[in-house]
Amino acid sequence: MQLIIERNIYDTMLRAATAAMPLEACGLCGGKDGHVTRFYEVVNADASDEHFNMRPEDQFAAVKALRSEQLELLAIWHSHPATPARMSAEDLRLAYTPDIVYLIMSIADPATPVLRGFTVAEGRDSPVDIVVPTLSD
Amino acid sequence: MKVIVNGKETNVSENPTVNEVLAELKVKMPDMVTVELNGAILDRKTFDDTRIHPGDRMEFLYFMGGGGR
Repeated sequence: MQLIIERNIYDTMLRAATAAMPLEACGLCGGKDGHVTRFYEVVNADASDEHFNMRPEDQFAAVKALRSEQLELLAIWHSHPATPARMSAEDLRLAYTPDIVYLIMSIADPATPVLRGFTVAEGRDSPVDIVVPTLSD
Repeated sequence: MKVIVNGKETNVSENPTVNEVLAELKVKMPDMVTVELNGAILDRKTFDDTRIHPGDRMEFLYFMGGGGR
């Protein structure tokens, strides 16, 4: 499985993750046919450096905005300010949304951010290829 | 009767409760969904008492959260 993320979307994610430091940032990604063209940053209601909990009002607003453009919710994104870009035990336990990609951006080393994607089935994660086209693509 | 669920016209039984709609739609892990009814987010404690009426707009999403550690 592959998810293509527009460069400007990636840059927006990175800015959101950096701005939220040391707290976790979170957001929703939408598009079509595995191609992410929209990103909605969502308030982390936990305002925590170890957890995120998306504010429901923002979740509904993002999904409705996507629907109005005939787009779909493709991925749930959050940042790991101090840990690797992998599904933590808590991430796996709380991965309730079916048929979605979970995107995690680690900025533990701010100079080399890492974005990884996963699907989750029966409590187990599987990697998703993340493609962020370069400006010359 | 017809209602709008997650933007789609959907047939449900007559004036069901929110929990009954979730069951009719075979929503997995209904305890982990947040429901918005006609633009207002519902307190989970009211899912058994809140009845849906023809033409109502109901949205539901799963809780979205996690943590890095």
